[in-house]
Formats: sequence, C-alpha cells, structure tokens
Amino acid sequence: MALIKDVDYGTPIRRTEKAVTLTIDGQPVTVPDGTSVMAAAMMLGTEIPKLCATDSLEPFGSCRLCLIEIEGRRGTPASCTTPAEEGMVVHTQTDRLARLRRGVMELYISDHPLDCLTCSANGDCELQDMAGKVGLRDVRYGYDGENHLKAPKDESNPYFTFEDSKCIVCSRCVRACEEVQGTFALTIQGRGFDSRVSPGGMDFFSSECVSCGACVQACPTATLNEKSVIEFGTPEHSVITTCAYCGVGCSFKAEMKGSKVVRMVPYKDGKANEGHSCVKGRFAWGYATHRDRITKPMIRERITDPWREVSWQEAIGHAASEFRRIQSKYGRDSIGGITSSRCTNEETFLVQKLVRAAFGNNNVDTCARVCHSPTGYGLKTTLGTSAGTHDFASVDHADVIIVIGANPTDGHPVFASRMKRRLREGARLIVIDPRRIDLVRSPHIEADYHLPLKPGTNVAMMNAIAHVIVTEGLVDEEYVRERCELDAFESWARFIADDRHAPESVEDLTGVRASDVRAAARLYATGGNAAIYYGLGVTEHSQGSTMVMGMANIAMATGNIGKPGCGVNPLRGQNNVQGSCDMGSFPHEFSGYRHVSDDATRQMFETFWGVHLLNEPGLRIPNMLDEAVSGSFKALYIQGEDIAQSDPDTQHVTAGLKGMEFVVIQDIFLNETAKYAHVFLPGSSFLEKDGTFTNAERRINRVRKVMPPLGGLADWEVTVALSNALGYPMHYTHPSEIMDEIASLTPTFAGVSYAKLDQLGSVQWPCNEAAPAGTPMMHVDRFVRGKGRFMMTDFVPTEERTGPRFPLILTTGRILSQYNVGAQTRRTENSRWHEEDVLEIHPFDAESRGIVDGDLVSLESRSGDIALRAQISERMQPGIVYTTFHHAKTGANVITTDYSDWATNCPEYKVTAVQVRRTNRQSDWQARFYEEDLALKRIDARADAAE
Amino acid sequence: MPRFGEWDQRRARAIIAAHASLEGPVLPILHALLDEFGHIPDEAIALVASELNLSRAEIHGTVSFYHDFRRRPAGRHVLKLCRAEACQSMNGPRIARSLLHELAIDWGETTPDGALTVEGVYCLGLCACAPSALYDGEPIGRIDRDRLDGIVREARGT
Repeated sequence: MALIKDVDYGTPIRRTEKAVTLTIDGQPVTVPDGTSVMAAAMMLGTEIPKLCATDSLEPFGSCRLCLIEIEGRRGTPASCTTPAEEGMVVHTQTDRLARLRRGVMELYISDHPLDCLTCSANGDCELQDMAGKVGLRDVRYGYDGENHLKAPKDESNPYFTFEDSKCIVCSRCVRACEEVQGTFALTIQGRGFDSRVSPGGMDFFSSECVSCGACVQACPTATLNEKSVIEFGTPEHSVITTCAYCGVGCSFKAEMKGSKVVRMVPYKDGKANEGHSCVKGRFAWGYATHRDRITKPMIRERITDPWREVSWQEAIGHAASEFRRIQSKYGRDSIGGITSSRCTNEETFLVQKLVRAAFGNNNVDTCARVCHSPTGYGLKTTLGTSAGTHDFASVDHADVIIVIGANPTDGHPVFASRMKRRLREGARLIVIDPRRIDLVRSPHIEADYHLPLKPGTNVAMMNAIAHVIVTEGLVDEEYVRERCELDAFESWARFIADDRHAPESVEDLTGVRASDVRAAARLYATGGNAAIYYGLGVTEHSQGSTMVMGMANIAMATGNIGKPGCGVNPLRGQNNVQGSCDMGSFPHEFSGYRHVSDDATRQMFETFWGVHLLNEPGLRIPNMLDEAVSGSFKALYIQGEDIAQSDPDTQHVTAGLKGMEFVVIQDIFLNETAKYAHVFLPGSSFLEKDGTFTNAERRINRVRKVMPPLGGLADWEVTVALSNALGYPMHYTHPSEIMDEIASLTPTFAGVSYAKLDQLGSVQWPCNEAAPAGTPMMHVDRFVRGKGRFMMTDFVPTEERTGPRFPLILTTGRILSQYNVGAQTRRTENSRWHEEDVLEIHPFDAESRGIVDGDLVSLESRSGDIALRAQISERMQPGIVYTTFHHAKTGANVITTDYSDWATNCPEYKVTAVQVRRTNRQSDWQARFYEEDLALKRIDARADAAE
Repeated sequence: MPRFGEWDQRRARAIIAAHASLEGPVLPILHALLDEFGHIPDEAIALVASELNLSRAEIHGTVSFYHDFRRRPAGRHVLKLCRAEACQSMNGPRIARSLLHELAIDWGETTPDGALTVEGVYCLGLCACAPSALYDGEPIGRIDRDRLDGIVREARGT
C-alpha cells in the first residue's frame, strides 16, 4: 500500500454541456466550457506550477506561478483564471515562463525559512515541490532583508498549529474557510508586506474557527499543519474508510505509519463529503487508542463485584450458558438483544440474526428506536420506503430549503457547509425550530423565515402550512393526480382545509405569528425546488410519526419529491443508524423492512438460516425495560450502545437493567450501561475492522481495517463466537461474506457486494438488477409504494404539560464538538470546546429566578432532578430551556420522561416540563452517580495496574 | 480640536443602522465610527460584524487594511507626516526623524502626556509644497523643524 495522492486540477471541474477544444503544448484536449487552462492542462497530465490554486477553491490568481503563454495574445496570463477557449494554443513551458516563475519563486523563498529538513511538511509541501519544478538554485535577494521569520507560532488549537513564519499568504486557507466551510473565520490582516493570515486578530482557539480542518487541508506549506504530523512525521500509506461519527458518512483517508494513524484526511472522491470534514471526523479519533479502552473480556457474578479479566473463551462460554440457563428457567422470550447504530451493517445483521435464530425470538431492537423510528414509519406509510428521498448533492439544486428540528451546523456540519454554500448562492431558507440556531443567522446566511414554535407543536405548525397550501390554491394538482392516491388526497385536503388548522387558529398554540406561517408556506409551495431537511426535533415527540407524515404530505402536495433539489430528508444522527434499520434491527422487521409476519420473506430466511422463525414481533427497548422491571425479561446482549445514558428517564432504564439477571455489554469503553452488566466483551473501533456503514442518503460506504482489533476480535467475530457457543454455528471468515448473505436475502441490497463497493467507491440502495449502480434519488417516476398516500395528521398535544410546578419546557440536543453520549469525543481534545453540559436559558427566565451566567442551577422534572451550570442565551425564547446530553455525570436523561411516539415508541426527548432554580449542590441522583461510578466500575488486578 | 465620545454601544448601533442600507456599507460605517469615537475598538468590530451578519474576521481584515482605522485612541492631536517620494526628496525623513527623536516616540505612537500622535502618511497630494503634513486634518506645506516645534507647543498647550 502507498500513500494516496489526490489529483489536484487546480480549479474546480465545471459541469457544462458545451465543450471546447484547445491545444496545450501541442496536444489537443476537449474540456467543458468554463474550465480553466490550468485544469485543462491537468486533464492531459500536464501540471502547471501553482501555489494559490487548488481544485476545491475558485481561482484567485495571486501567486503568479502558473503563468502561461497563449499564441496571438500578449503577456503571460495566469492559467488558473484564464478559461479555456475554442482553438486556443497554449504553451506552459517556455524559456520566458521559466525565467518568470523562477523570479517569482526567488521572492517567495527570500522570506521563507530554509529548514526543509526539519520541517514537519518535509516531503508533503507544495512550496518545496514548486521550488524543485521551477529549478530554483539561488536567491539573488539574499535572506537578510526584512522578513517574517520571527513571527510567533499559534498553537492554541489542540489539533493543528499555525506557523506564520512559513506562510506564503496564498489565501488558500482564508478561501477554504469561506468557500468550503462557510465560516469566514480567517482573513488577511494588514496590507502590503504586513499582510498576514489571521483568525480575526486573535488566536485560533478564541476565534470564530470551528476547527473543521479545511484550512489545514488547503495549506500548501507547513504553516497550517496537524500536530500529529508534527509529532509523528509524515504518513507512509493510506486506507480509504468512512467516519464513525454522524450520519453524513464522510469518506476519509486514514493516513498511517504502520498500524498507527497519523491523521485522518477527508477524501476528495468521497461522494458524501467531497473532500470536506468537521472537527469530529477530522481530528477527534484519538479515543480509538485511549487508555480507557477495555481490551480484555471480563465477567462478574454480581454488579457490585469487581470485574475479573478472563479469556475470550471463558467470557463467551459463560455468556452463552447463562443465556441458555435463563431461557430454560424463564422461557424463550425472557432474553433479547440490542444492535448498534455505531457498528457496521454486517455486525448489526449478525446480532439480529443471533437473536432471531439462536435466541429463537424477535426481541431485537436498536437505538433508532430512540431517534428516527418515526422516519421509518412515516415515510414508509406515505411514500413506501423507510429512508430519505434524495442524496446530499441534491441540495445544490434547491431553491427553497426548510430545516425543521435539526441543527445541521452542529449535528451534520459537513452537510451544513454544503447547504450554506447553496444558501449563499441565493436559495431561500425557512427554519422551524424553538431555538435560534446558527442557520437562522450567521455570517452570510440568514433565514427568510424563522418560525420559533413552542416544543411539542410541530404537527399543528405543519398542518397550518398544509392548510395554507391547500386553501390558497398552491397544490400541484397535476402531480397529485398523476402520482398520488386521489381518494386519500381528497379526504386529506378536506381535513386540512378545516379552519381549525389555519395559521390564525393555531397561533396561540405554536406561538408563531400567522402571517409568518402563511408567508413561509407560500415560499415553500411557489419558490421553485423545495427541499425539507429534518432531524430529531421532528421525530422525538409523542407525534413524531405524524409529523413525518405531515412533511411527506406537503412535499407530495407541492410536487416536491422525485426531482433534484427537493425531497423529505432526515439528517440521521449516527454513522450507521440508516444501516442498522435496513439490516432488520427492529423487532417486527427483517432486513429491507419486511414484516416478520410476511410468510414468503420469513420462509426465505428460515431456509437460508436453517431454523424456525417466529412470525410475531418481539419486544422494543422500552418494553424490554418495562418487563425487566416487572420481572419477566431477564437477560440482554447489548452491542455498542449505552442505554443508561442515551435513553430517556435514566432511573427507569437503570431499574430495568438492575432487574435483569444477566447483561452482556460489548463496547470499546466501560460505559454507563456496563455498570449493570455481568459480562463485558471488548468491542472494536471503526479503525479495527472491515465492513460498511450506510449514511443518511442511503449510501453504503466501505469501512476498512487499518489496525488490528485492540481486544483481538472485531465485533462481528465476537457475535460469531457467541452464536457458535449458543449452538447456532455461524461460518464467516470475512465481513464480505456477511454482505453476500445480506444481498441474497434483501431485494434492495441484491446488487451490493464488496467488489462493487471497491469498484464504485460507494452505492446508494436500492441497488439491484433494476438499479445496478444504486439509486441516488428515490421516487423519480413513481413512488416506491406505487401511488403516494396522504395521511391524516390530527394534532394531539403531548400529555407532558407545563404547570405551576414545572413552568418551563426543556428541549435537548447536541453541539458541534461533542457527539451523543460523548464516549468518544469526551476522550479527545474536543472537550476543550465543551467541558460540561450547560443549561441555556433566556435572560427573562434567568432574571426572574435570580440566575446569572455560570450559576449552578437545579433542573427538575417529574422524572428527577440534576444540577448543572446556566448559560444565559438569547438563542432561547422565554419559557424554553435547552441542554445537551454529552456528559454522563450531568444526567440530562434523568430529567426526560417516558412519553413516546404513538406509533414507534420513539421517546419524547424534546419536550419535558421543568423548573429551574439556583442551587449550591449536586442532585441526589448525581451524588449517587459518583458513588456508583466508583462502586460499579471496579476492575480487579488489571495487568497494567502497576504501570 | 477633535473631541471623541466614549464607546457607546447604543450610539454605535445607531450609526451602523444609519449606514447599513448602503451598498458596501462597511467602509462608510467604519468612517462614521471613527469620526464618533476616534478609534475602532474591539467592541466595534464585533458589533459591526453581527449587525451586518459578517464574520469578525472579515471586519478585522478590513479595519487592519486601512491604517486610518486606528485600534486605540490617538493623542489629543494627530500629526501626519508625509513619507512619500516627493517629500522624501525634500528632506522629509530627516525632519521626521529629528522630531520623533525629540518626542522619544516612534511612528504611530503618542507622546506620554497624550498630547500628540505622529503618524506616517503616503502622499497628501501636496508634493508642490513638500515636505508636507496634516495636523488635525489641516494640511500644512513646506514644514521644517520650526513649524513642527510650533505645532508641538500648540498641541501641548504651552
């Protein structure tokens, strides 16, 4: 294996119909109109020397190195800013050009340290390469003139340094921050000789920088360089793999030295991210080798006992015999399993197979239960498939974008950058969210309408929008007639036209001005291609499924599904939550969303797996916990999920776990749930195994092993071993064989194989005979279910109500630097941006409670209470408070309740009635947490304890 | 004699609002803030950025490009000495050096008593009467040490 060097065309590749033919150094080349001469030359393999040009950025023409001569024209124009024209005759290498380039290079080098041999970018420096290419031998100006060699180094960012003395002021970083990331945190400060790159006149860490790494990626020298490269040296080989954080599913090059990761570099050919990244995927991978990793299997009899390290054989054998003992004592259905949205498709498929085939029941569920299960239900009911309709690239064609209950700049930053680029090009934006998220207003982005609704009134809001569309004659009737069930449409239209859904009627309920709702609805219906992007602010409600159907309704009514720039698109939270759902992780469905009661499907699985399978759905996670509390559910196998922190009403979750006789945790860290476990099986990070993740746009991306599993076994191998010990043998030697089994059992995956993924890079399901290269956009000519189906969406308020005791509404979410339960990001330098969860509260609510910024406050709901610091924030509206759930010790989910979506049991994380008051102490739960954190995480005689 | 107000967020906001609808409002706003407050403090950069929905870095880039947008209050009086070619050829540098030496300050600095700030400027368009200067906005031609000494005395009110 070697280091993969991406080809750099210097300027972006244009996609135009018209082509032009020109001659470069005697060779003819035909390129799309608008292509620069520089890129056209690169298409011939001719690299014109350049410093300020790179193909992720628009041409700038400042370095003066890429000069060319064009026959019939005077002068030596820059090839990056000169578009190729029909019949043009270009020379890239002449004596005159050589002299000019050398002269330019001399000036650069006269103010550049000559420490190449000890420089961190030695061998990976475009300045060095260009000096070689132009044949620089001498610098006539000497090195003693005025220079910047003593400029101070900025090491404030935990992941990269800014070494000003090495900067050639090419502006690539400044432009990358603007064009690629859209944060505008960098500028050129001063003028003339004093011009320097600056993050706004302060250090990087204090600046507006979000540490996405785009500037580091764009820098042609060592000026912006990863600290890991400075520490370890340049990598020697790279492996293409997929990020294990959010549902964007960015492709990365893991750049390695042996089995050590030196850096993760976003991969230009990755279709989800096209060379961009965020602070998590780019930099926060150090957790994979953190000293907290548990690499030895462990068992204990009681949860109060210390853990005892044992062999894999003993741990697996013990787990299998306990599962069987419990089944023989309490019945076949007394045990179950939870698959992980953090693990690969192959691993997830195996866990549900183990539950269905080896446990012999359907008690399998996954964390999508608590996030996007309503998406699955709602989109399947209306459109026919449980997934987003469009690919990310489609947003480039959107004219109107609605963001509902999502905070893309924090939760899905790489997609947010793409969306922001489209917004800067002029697309209109509607944000429906209780908080004033960054998209509402941040540099160069401003929503046309922000509808700051009260949490829990989504469906009323969506009905009001639909009401305007129907009653103001904005329905795309031709589309509806052709593509949708007419009866269902007509009854829906009558239903929604009722006055009770009018924006004016629900104004008090939602708290949003009716005129704004009307204007937003008109914009959505008439503004051109209109796309909806949504997140957990839609699904994690008692009416999550209704809301998803409501969005599908308006998209169908306005003809906004099936063409580019439109659609109903969930921004899925976890790297493989789409995949874990696809793989049959739900108790009622086999892979490909086929109900267990469907005889034909079940028989196919029975034949393939050689076992009898149940035709009744099994237990969902909340049911498992309820039955554990009531005493009939006794044992659980959990792969890579931390329900004791992530699931709502923590005290109910832990009561359920404590009620079980036997809990097996497979994870990379001793997580919160492991406090209640009896067997701990070391998991493997995404760097330690082969497999696939499926992102929010249904894209199946390869995950490739770059280092051996720290615990000796990859997660799929552990499940195989457990199944074998349970007496249901599994025979796989590589995850590709599991994918082959998935493909042969799942029509939407029929065409998927590792060979195809290696060849195409990635494919979007459905991938089968009808669509051998996959399906970027669904429902193009017809809906998957045939005709689109409008669904009734009556608004039913949640039973969680505010009142005198609990007058405020708490809503929860995430922030950029931390990820979900924080098991990974808390073990990286990302914590420097977010050391603890805080409670965001509006100044009015704070003042009336005598709370000032930074005060410790008690946050209490009907479920429990915790203490955390207050942050006074005008992002909030009065009456609503907000926190994150990244830190276990905060216990945000001690507060959340048992209410859940009527259709799917997805918990209502987004609405909890609370009271906030000043306090001077931790809550009782937190005090107990600290005690149990010590008592239930003890490990006996660890071999490395003496170190 | 220029008198500048203390930084006042509300006043600044009003100034920004008065210019915000112009095409390319950043420079007119910065000039207006400079006229009002005599310098562009950090608070102004953050405020202009947020009011115009631009990044702080962008405003910093613009402010730092123009030396006139000084970041700290100047002395009570400002003397700008031309350092461009015509004035250089007419003995400007020697006069400037000797003045700065006597005041014990460097270019862009203010005398310790806060009376006078001396700045360089590149061409006042007064080449015909070089070396030239600008004292509190008033052009002065054919400067020499005597005239400058008079200015210093005036600035110090002695």
